[in-house]
Amino acid sequence: MQKETKMAFKDSLTIFPGYMVLGMGFGILMDAKGFSFLHTLAMSVFIYAGSMQFAGVDLLSGSASVITTFLMTVMVNIRHLFYGIGMLKEYGTIKRHRLYDIFALTDETFSIVCSKDLSALKKETYCFHLSLFHHLWWITGSLIGAILGDVLPFNYTGIDFSMTALFIVIVLSQWETNKDHLTVVLSFLITVLCLLLFGKERFLIWSMLMITGMLFLLKRIRGNFNA
Amino acid sequence: MHSWILITVMALCTMMIRFMPFLLFQKKTPEAILYLGNVLPYCAMAMLVVYCLKDVRFNTFSGFLPELIAVVIVVVTYKWKHSTALSILSGTIAYMLLIQNVFIK
Repeated sequence: MQKETKMAFKDSLTIFPGYMVLGMGFGILMDAKGFSFLHTLAMSVFIYAGSMQFAGVDLLSGSASVITTFLMTVMVNIRHLFYGIGMLKEYGTIKRHRLYDIFALTDETFSIVCSKDLSALKKETYCFHLSLFHHLWWITGSLIGAILGDVLPFNYTGIDFSMTALFIVIVLSQWETNKDHLTVVLSFLITVLCLLLFGKERFLIWSMLMITGMLFLLKRIRGNFNA
Repeated sequence: MHSWILITVMALCTMMIRFMPFLLFQKKTPEAILYLGNVLPYCAMAMLVVYCLKDVRFNTFSGFLPELIAVVIVVVTYKWKHSTALSILSGTIAYMLLIQNVFIK
């Protein structure tokens, strides 16, 4: 086994508890709403986006229209545009498994890849296996939930905090390596402001627009200072 | 049958969003997008932290104290040991104990 594969496996274990439990939560919910494990499996394999799948349970059980489903998916997943743009350089030069890597770029995979120094590694091997292991944890979790979720006797309430904790750790480690603290602080404040102004259903799209605007404004100001 | 159509719509739409930046900017990346690509990873993570904490409420103690305490534990343990696993484990276990036993939601 290549060292990148081992490393990807080890790194994917940070995501393991969160994906298993969130996946199980999704499977249990699907089961409770009367959908077969095949629906759960298809969603975890082909959609593979946590919050969208939870939103999807409501859409499915309410027999939503195609248009509503489409718009909802855009709203919930639009933040992935950010990740794609952030990964243009890293994933742009990958030859093998590139389509799969892009398909499987979740919040968590994005966060691990962009906190990792890939320069000394075989990037293709590492990214592919990391994406694959994450996907497997997610699929396994949701199947366990769909098939035997309600018989497992353990109170998992609150384990989803592991994702929050992971993202905080990544912000902290980026803070130490990246000198540009202003953009991070401003992004944080803008998102909080948008949450307060627009509510939790709509704040992400506004945050993205305003963060992009802030970045260009900042570049302009700094550019002028440098010149 | 309708449920399968909806699943297909969700899957295709999610893929479309994930592939869009690469389809649009892969061949020739405009200067502005290159700049965004360099800075967005940092901004996106800050946004994601807020996204995770969006259900925090300040009108009751149980609405924000468990999150606050757990976040402090994550930050302090990370500053102390620089271990991702330690910070995630301690923060998550503290959060679970808090909301299951102390601040029941």
